[in-house]
Amino acid sequence: MQEMDVSVWRGDANGGGLEHFKVPARDSQTILDVVAWIQQHADPTLSYRYACRVGMCGSCAMMVNGVPRWTCRTHVKTVLKDNAITIAPLRNLPVIKDLAADMDPFFDKWVAAGGVHHPTRTRDEPIEILDPKTPERVETDTGIECINCSVCYAACDTVSNNVDFLGPAALQRAWTLYLDPKDADPNAILDAVSGKGGCHNCHSQGSCTLHCPNGLNPMKAIAGLKRATVSSFFKGGR
Amino acid sequence: MIRPHRSHPLWIAYLLHRLSGLGLALFLPVHFHVLAFALNQPERLDGFLRFADNPLVKLAEFGLVFLLAVHVFGGLRLLALEFLPWSPRQKTLAASAVAAAFLVAGTFFLQAV
Repeated sequence: MQEMDVSVWRGDANGGGLEHFKVPARDSQTILDVVAWIQQHADPTLSYRYACRVGMCGSCAMMVNGVPRWTCRTHVKTVLKDNAITIAPLRNLPVIKDLAADMDPFFDKWVAAGGVHHPTRTRDEPIEILDPKTPERVETDTGIECINCSVCYAACDTVSNNVDFLGPAALQRAWTLYLDPKDADPNAILDAVSGKGGCHNCHSQGSCTLHCPNGLNPMKAIAGLKRATVSSFFKGGR
Repeated sequence: MIRPHRSHPLWIAYLLHRLSGLGLALFLPVHFHVLAFALNQPERLDGFLRFADNPLVKLAEFGLVFLLAVHVFGGLRLLALEFLPWSPRQKTLAASAVAAAFLVAGTFFLQAV
């Protein structure tokens, strides 16, 4: 049976390095299959994170040959180079152990970017009916299928260079909430995304949009926030 | 070597914009220094202008005009990205900025030689 050379990053927050494994090649094999094979057949102490295996939960993202990817839906045949693969934990996040990155900074920034709903009605009032055809709603629809996998956050060089930068996913979430007519305080969102670490730090390198496994466009969302904050500044001086 | 997650056109457009900006920032003080000769050392300026007729300097000027043009057109692309309604053709626009810069710098070079 043909075998592949798989290098896996092993270690923890204090450091680590690549360890090498020979993994049997199979048809329709995903990177997550490779990692699971190593953990089940070569080294049971290998730590990694996954849940759904079908690209919905956003748990299994890792760096594959230096590119952030959802490993459950990345076929080996699309990334294998010279019969070798390198797998490492997500970039721009602290490592817990081996391939499991600490997602706390990523999720903390969703809250910091104003990702909290500000209601316009109480539970005693009828639900507000929205027209799905308004331009705002059509734009929102292009940004809401995020699975929180942090691939965009790992791809972003602005995140690497600026620890305060909120990152593509959190800013995209803020953009969709800003457009939501059921949100009572869009200015609070603009305040949250226009301070230190806000949308104006983005250099529009577009790595978030290129690597997003769900085909979303955080670069477009951040450009929208830049427009909204600038027009708010010129209209109301804030 | 550009790391794998960066090897795509818009990241290279970012790199080009940053490097051309740095190159122009280094050029400007030298530019003003030479222009200042016109006020206090005109004979030195004339000497420099004779040196600038050298074909190799013309080639360097082609590079300079390219840096300037690519920074201008790349900057216009970024302004459009941030202030105009979103266009999905960002890669095309970045490539157009480079093409326009080559056109301007090439025209300058053909005029100069």
